[in-house]
Amino acid sequence: MHKLMTLALAGSLAAAFTLSLVAPPAGAQTEEETQRGLERFRQMLREDPWSNPALLDADRGEMLWATPAGPSNATLEDCDLGLGPGVVDGAFAQLPRWFEDAGRVMDVETRILWCMQELQGFDVAEYVKKPHPSGGQPVKDVGAIATWIANRSEGEAFAPALDDEAGRQAVAMGEALFNRRSGPFDFSCATCHAASGQRIRLQELPYLSDPAEAQVVVGEWPAYRVSSTHVMTMQHRMYDCYWQMRMPKLEMGSEASVALISYLVDKAAGGDVAAPGIKR
Amino acid sequence: MHNEIQRPFSRTFAAAALGAALLAAGLAPGALAQDAGPTQAQVDAVVEAAFPGIDAEWAARLTPDETMRQCNQFGNMPPDDVFEEIRTRAASTIVYPDDGVLMGSWENGEKLAQSGYGMRFSDYPPRRESGGNCYACHQLTPQEVSYGTLGPSLMGYGKLYDFSEEAVKAAYEKIYNPHVALPCSMMPRFGANAVLTIDQIKDIVALLMDPASPVNQ
Repeated sequence: MHKLMTLALAGSLAAAFTLSLVAPPAGAQTEEETQRGLERFRQMLREDPWSNPALLDADRGEMLWATPAGPSNATLEDCDLGLGPGVVDGAFAQLPRWFEDAGRVMDVETRILWCMQELQGFDVAEYVKKPHPSGGQPVKDVGAIATWIANRSEGEAFAPALDDEAGRQAVAMGEALFNRRSGPFDFSCATCHAASGQRIRLQELPYLSDPAEAQVVVGEWPAYRVSSTHVMTMQHRMYDCYWQMRMPKLEMGSEASVALISYLVDKAAGGDVAAPGIKR
Repeated sequence: MHNEIQRPFSRTFAAAALGAALLAAGLAPGALAQDAGPTQAQVDAVVEAAFPGIDAEWAARLTPDETMRQCNQFGNMPPDDVFEEIRTRAASTIVYPDDGVLMGSWENGEKLAQSGYGMRFSDYPPRRESGGNCYACHQLTPQEVSYGTLGPSLMGYGKLYDFSEEAVKAAYEKIYNPHVALPCSMMPRFGANAVLTIDQIKDIVALLMDPASPVNQ
């Protein structure tokens, strides 16, 4: 089934590239034409759900999950994503949540890191030094696995298990961080995401504190980002926002990153998981 | 009758008391929905832990200065006394050009308005001058259709103010430190936070206020 899917995907991609990126007369392609071509490419990706390149990463994630690796030469198949060891279907829709064994609230990527450390013996501190891909590079292993896990909750409503004390604290911390302005530009997340219908340049900005808007966009991550030609995960998205806010590099799996994701997913509760999505 | 008067009063009082308690705990009014929320010290500790291994210059970005601390505390809607305190502090930060000339080149101002380069962690060592990125949030010239809407449209700005000297000065101050015009404004403090130089700010003032600028055509 997966071989078939991959073949179909490759065919769709080839068609999309051929149609959208037709070579212009030498040197004649303007910025505007490039943008139009990209928009057509995005439209084609949306029209054919099997053409989403992120599905290739989901396949890679599924393979990584089941392949022995690390100093312990173990798979991740006993990883408990919250619904019991090895249960993947529906697990993403209930994340972030408190994990008794780790003693903290975790989002999907933080949990994968934890399982890589506990089950496979990986040095996670080393992994988080450069956890996100540069433009044009494929999503790294944790992101590929997260893409697969998220996809296995596709169509389910977000119901994060954040109703306990730790979950409520994570959401409240996330809200405080969301609104906290600092740095040379005095930005917070709320600078761009605290009202409806606003734009940076032509890019529309979701009002993330509004459940109606959060329910539409939060469930699309991890997503294939056309402009950087790779899958971007939610942890990467948070890191990228802090980059834009002129802040330092947000540590993957940090309490702040999990709190922000908890806040966003709490707002998106009830909306459907639609991962992997396709973004600008 | 008695009750009808008293009920709204006690509600108001309860809300005010709750607000005061939360503000004393250092919380934005928005952070209240479910629990009392984290203390300021807890939030600061979580932020510090999220950005390990940075030098002092970068670490300074993690801590809101007094103005941002107040804006955060009051959800960007400070009460009157704090509002005035922020405005006064902002006014004291403004440095004017030595020769008193507040307008430079609108052509260069347009370039600065287009550029979002600068101060991101990937921008070091700097490969070119930092920009003002005005178009990210504002409409300016009729020629540039790719503009954001987080800030008001500034198309025709100079003409709107009859190119007056006062308006030129106000524009300079607004870009240098927007909290002079509006405490807890969402706009960056381009001069006070050393994002742009005095000469760059003059160029952006010219983009807004020069009668020859496309903003005013």
